Amino acid sequence: MSKKPQVELRTTPHLHAPQDVVVIMRNVVFAILPIAAWSIWLFGLSALMLLVIVTASCLITERLFTMANGQVNTLGDWSAIITGLLLALTLPPAFPLWMGVVAGFIAISMGKVMFGGLGMNIFNPALVGRAFVQAAFPVAITSWTPALFEERFSQFIPSTFTAPFMIPVTLDNWNLQYAVDGFTGATPLGLQKFDGISTPVLDLFVGNSAGSSGETSALIIMCCGLYLAIRNMLDWRIPFYIMLGTLLTAGGFYYINPQQYPEPLFMLFSGGLMLGAWFMATDMVGSPVTPLGVVIYGLFIGFLTVIIRLFGGLSEGVMYAILLANAATPLIDQYTTPKVFGHRKQS
Amino acid sequence: MGFFSAITRSSFSHGLHPPSHKAETAGIPIKRMPFAPLLIIPLSQHIGAPSRCIVNKGDEVVRGQPIADASAALSVPIHAPATGRIKSIEQVTGARGTMETAILLQVYDASSQQVLWRNPVDPASLSSEQILQAIQDLGLVGLGGAAFPSHFKQRIPDDKMVDTLVINGSECEPYLTCDHRIMLERPEHLIAGIKLAMRATKTRRAIIGIEDNKMDAVNVLQKHLLNEEHISVQAVKTKYPQGSEKMLIKSLLNREVPAGGIPLDIGVVVNNVQTLSSLGQLLPVGEGLIERVITVTGPGIKHPGNYRVPVGTPIGFILQQVGYSGGVNEFILGGPMMGPAVSSLETPITKSCSGLLVLNEPGIQDETRMIWPCIKCGRCVSACPMHLNPAQLGLLASAAEYQQMADDYNLNHCFECGCCSYICPSNIPLVQYFRIAKAINRELAA
Ligand code: SF4
Ligand code: SF4
Repeated sequence: MSKKPQVELRTTPHLHAPQDVVVIMRNVVFAILPIAAWSIWLFGLSALMLLVIVTASCLITERLFTMANGQVNTLGDWSAIITGLLLALTLPPAFPLWMGVVAGFIAISMGKVMFGGLGMNIFNPALVGRAFVQAAFPVAITSWTPALFEERFSQFIPSTFTAPFMIPVTLDNWNLQYAVDGFTGATPLGLQKFDGISTPVLDLFVGNSAGSSGETSALIIMCCGLYLAIRNMLDWRIPFYIMLGTLLTAGGFYYINPQQYPEPLFMLFSGGLMLGAWFMATDMVGSPVTPLGVVIYGLFIGFLTVIIRLFGGLSEGVMYAILLANAATPLIDQYTTPKVFGHRKQS
Repeated sequence: MGFFSAITRSSFSHGLHPPSHKAETAGIPIKRMPFAPLLIIPLSQHIGAPSRCIVNKGDEVVRGQPIADASAALSVPIHAPATGRIKSIEQVTGARGTMETAILLQVYDASSQQVLWRNPVDPASLSSEQILQAIQDLGLVGLGGAAFPSHFKQRIPDDKMVDTLVINGSECEPYLTCDHRIMLERPEHLIAGIKLAMRATKTRRAIIGIEDNKMDAVNVLQKHLLNEEHISVQAVKTKYPQGSEKMLIKSLLNREVPAGGIPLDIGVVVNNVQTLSSLGQLLPVGEGLIERVITVTGPGIKHPGNYRVPVGTPIGFILQQVGYSGGVNEFILGGPMMGPAVSSLETPITKSCSGLLVLNEPGIQDETRMIWPCIKCGRCVSACPMHLNPAQLGLLASAAEYQQMADDYNLNHCFECGCCSYICPSNIPLVQYFRIAKAINRELAA
């Protein structure tokens, strides 16, 4: 024996699967980057700044809280970056940066730290942040700007640099100046709901329409999500059942009255549904652990989204649908606990 | 076996697919390991009452001679694995880290491989009761790792009916290939053993279940079974833990052993292939179980392979023989999913030990591996073959709610297969938590 043997004592199992939390989270970040890149391409500097600032706000908030509580630095698990990126992608590109900072702070503090940190939160932190600013800044969060306006890489949208606690300038005039003809400052969902104008499904699928910075291209979101699913880092069943739930519910209404209700594919590819289904609802922490629970959770989100969109006061419903489903998760888990092997049905 | 049958091949639900690492040893024929100068033979190598030592310090014994006998119904004798002199009878550290009594045998340099003590019987003339007695006299125990005395397992109580004998050739643990080699090299012994066990248990049907990564073994056995009506071979999906009795029965017969019950409750007895192959080899010639085949492998070993090793051989001696590079290593008796790591190189190979696996630095889990909080990914739930909720059990364990784990979350049905710990991305040592919880519950109950 060349070297003196040194005996290690460990407990079983002595092998471990190669994927750990950091590997998974890092890959989720990588998968979000193309979506972020697309949003920068569509909306320019303002979208880029928003992504950077919101993510920074999330990271700093998390670090401050762990320092204040005397805990170890948890930034290394990459989860705060995911929250920041996703949150930024759900905001309108013209969203004032200072409000983005508030959104990031709320997302981490109320969405995550308050529950006890990673793994303990009930709701998806990014959606908590988004829900907060929706209530706090109802105008700013629905101020849309056109995609692909010409000077997007040389100038910011005027509202981006609104001073803290100031009301942002209205964008109507700016929109008139820069927008392609006929832009009315509304998203496809808003147009459909309030004006009865529908946007071609293909435009939605590719994603060159107005909307939150990262929610516009169903195609890119699906590709990124599929990448994660294939690498077994995302539970494909969740987006699958959300989409199924959406199609079934929307299809039901469309079947009853095609004049009044939008077609199912429009429902599927518009608004935040894709981003929500692939990247928010799949957040492992807030979704059920049991195989059957995952199915119920997905269908439930799809169903709620359509109901909220059609009958709620807002044009967008995914966010609240996911938050509600997050809240229902412990209950779903409890009722779908698998039957222990060998416990046979009474016959 | 076409593609279709391969994807529809019967199996249990859940489980997982760890890397198999079997290629290193599966193609190498079984070799014989020389005698170590000193054999350490624990008196408790099986489940049940320890054997009773019947030799004294200084006695001379020949290879094959009984040196301890069965002290109770659930106990077996032990035979001398080599010719030599009893050096002492003393306390040694066993595989699980506890102190136990062992016979130390100083092997004579010239000790021959020939077995000098035997008690041959004519198997054809035996009644099932006599077969059971003969099995006990061989000192045979479950060689798959369970170490349950074989005669006791084949004894069917009057109030139970057994219709099927299942022979477990699935060998689902990564790295191990000893059962695979036995099936390839000794099919006639295995079949003889199956027939004896069928007579002992009075069963009419036997099924050999083999994971479909060993189709060569399936084919060899099928060829040998052409004229056997009642013994069949069935390939099952390669999936961990296919080799667990309950999972294999589910895969082969689609029957579920009731929670908390044993295979006997649903008319099945399960034996490991090496157990029955030893039975078929030893019973007719009347020799005791004094050696067994183990897989010696792992990144720390120069000449991995399958070796026929005398019971009581210290693992340090085996390492010398197979070329071991030294350094920081983990020494595991059995497979990497369920086998215990041992603390000392003096630890002997016992009857139930199916492998010696040496994992060195890169193979060992990184010591600084961080444990994160449970992120509720659900992977453990989708992996647990017993359909438990390890995530919930883990949360309760960290809250020290041991009683609730047992009462509400079926802790006691966990058989520590390791699937949950293996797959957990947060590196939570779930199995270790469960082991501690069970131990504390046992203490409290006592
Ligand atoms: S060790 Fe126990 S809880 Fe974990 S997967 Fe195996 S049986 Fe299930
Ligand atoms: S595998 Fe680990 S992190 Fe995932 S649910 Fe189970 S215990 Fe939690």
